[in-house]
Amino acid sequence: METYTAMRHFADSWGLLAMTLFFLAVVVFTLRPGARKAAERAAEIPLKED
Amino acid sequence: MKFVTETIVLAVGAFIALLGAAFAQDRLFEAHMWVLFFVLLASTLFMVRRISFAPAVATKSSQDDEGYFDEVVKYGVIATVFWGVVGFLVGVVVALQLAFPDLNIEPFLNFGRTRPLHTSAVIFAFGGNALIATSFYVVQRTSRARLFGGNLGWFVFWGYQLFIVMAATGYLLGITQSREYAEPEWYVDIWLTIVWVAYLIAFLGTIMTRKEPHIYVANWFFLSFIVTIAMLHVVNNLAVPVSFLGVKSYSAFSGVQDALTQWWYGHNAVGFFLTAGFLGMMYYFIPKQVNRPVYSYRLSIIHFWALIFMYIWAGPHHLHYTALPDWAQTLGMVFSIMLWMPSWGGMINGLMTLSGAWDKIRTDPIVRMMVMAVAFYGMATFEGPMMSIKSVNSLSHYTDWTIGHVHSGALGWNGLITFGAIYFLVPKLWKRERLYSIRMVNWHFWLATLGIVVYAAVMWVAGIQQGLMWREYDEQGFLVYSFAETIAAMFPYYVLRAAGGGLFLLGALIMAYNVTMTILGYQRDEAPIPGAAPKLQPAE
Repeated sequence: METYTAMRHFADSWGLLAMTLFFLAVVVFTLRPGARKAAERAAEIPLKED
Repeated sequence: MKFVTETIVLAVGAFIALLGAAFAQDRLFEAHMWVLFFVLLASTLFMVRRISFAPAVATKSSQDDEGYFDEVVKYGVIATVFWGVVGFLVGVVVALQLAFPDLNIEPFLNFGRTRPLHTSAVIFAFGGNALIATSFYVVQRTSRARLFGGNLGWFVFWGYQLFIVMAATGYLLGITQSREYAEPEWYVDIWLTIVWVAYLIAFLGTIMTRKEPHIYVANWFFLSFIVTIAMLHVVNNLAVPVSFLGVKSYSAFSGVQDALTQWWYGHNAVGFFLTAGFLGMMYYFIPKQVNRPVYSYRLSIIHFWALIFMYIWAGPHHLHYTALPDWAQTLGMVFSIMLWMPSWGGMINGLMTLSGAWDKIRTDPIVRMMVMAVAFYGMATFEGPMMSIKSVNSLSHYTDWTIGHVHSGALGWNGLITFGAIYFLVPKLWKRERLYSIRMVNWHFWLATLGIVVYAAVMWVAGIQQGLMWREYDEQGFLVYSFAETIAAMFPYYVLRAAGGGLFLLGALIMAYNVTMTILGYQRDEAPIPGAAPKLQPAE
């Protein structure tokens, strides 16, 4: 298989799947229970000084 | 100050530029090297006058390594204001050149040369300096660490200014590799790569040495902007120079691959330079100015990941109905439409940060400016996906509608959020109680907003009319209008566009005056904005 075809097939199969799963994992991780506290603390960072 | 090594490097650089001029393969390279030589020579002389020859011990005390490295941010703010005024001025000139072709003064001030001068001046000189200055400011504050790398920050700042000067003079001389938003030729590209790597080291180093355990979301946006621009810049500018001492180079790609590489770069320059970087500003300066945390921190994280995962695929929508394979065009269109969600999520997040403090829109012109910026972010990111739909694109593409769209994003979103950040930063950096004049901020706000509205509305009408005229057939299948007729029809719109740009420029001049007076330590005697919280008076 020529390189272009091989890369294209990889991109729209395993590559696409991997990226989608990574993205979904990020969303789930961000919205996991217990993340609210950490997020609220992080949101205060810019307001802490000057 | 002891900058002996730096001065020697500058002098050697000037000498190398002189050699470059002497052995140049073509006249353009020779001229450009003369420019470089005089710039570096002037810098060397300036530095020689500032070198302190006192013993090292004596000068040590003047060098303060304590606290944040804000001196470079101050320079960055001034450079932002300066290049902003220059870029907007060139924009008005370019707009007038389109309306009145006699203003094309050959050869140096032809539209073909002033147009990239305008786009690079506003995007890279104004926007780039704003991004470097604010990212240096924000990363130090939110990491609670001094900028990494000692004087590396100075190298990034001055190296970037040198890039701007070389790019701008190159355009006027007629040196271009004709890739949109990446016009500088190979040797200037190499210089920018070096500066950008230094920028990455300074920024990332600060994050690595942070004292705050969490990396604040604004830094994620800034970091993605720096990393992605590095990648885009290197790939898009892969080229083989014809000779070692000549301007001409040929792209490593050809045909449609080259076109797609250019728009992969071009659209992600919009996505990561003009969006991600400026969102970093939004996520820091809006919470600071309204003194409230961001509405939803978790939404900001999802905003970040969704944006970077989707933007990178949207480039092909610039190549609808071209030789680009159909599936790639559709892919670009689909990802552009999906971008609606993160864009509007981010806009809502920015706006809702004001919840509970909405009165500040009425009483604080700086907040008003930032809110209008976010509103324009929402409008431009609504319009963009719509224009990426193939059937809409068949009408809008190559017309002035595109120009209007770009300007509602660039002037409205990038311009206004930068102005807001500048108005926030200047009193803080120079330790002034307040700006010289708050009322002038209000004037700036209305002039800028009115200018953008005039500009965008006029370009909608112009673009749609232009698109409809181009596709008008008579009953025998002939085109009704010649191309020249469609240009003549644009005249009133082009004049109005220049007027809108003129209003925006006027606002920027007011800002330049206001910022200058604040830095000089003046305060204008003026009535406070009605409704603004009065200063607390001690009890009598």
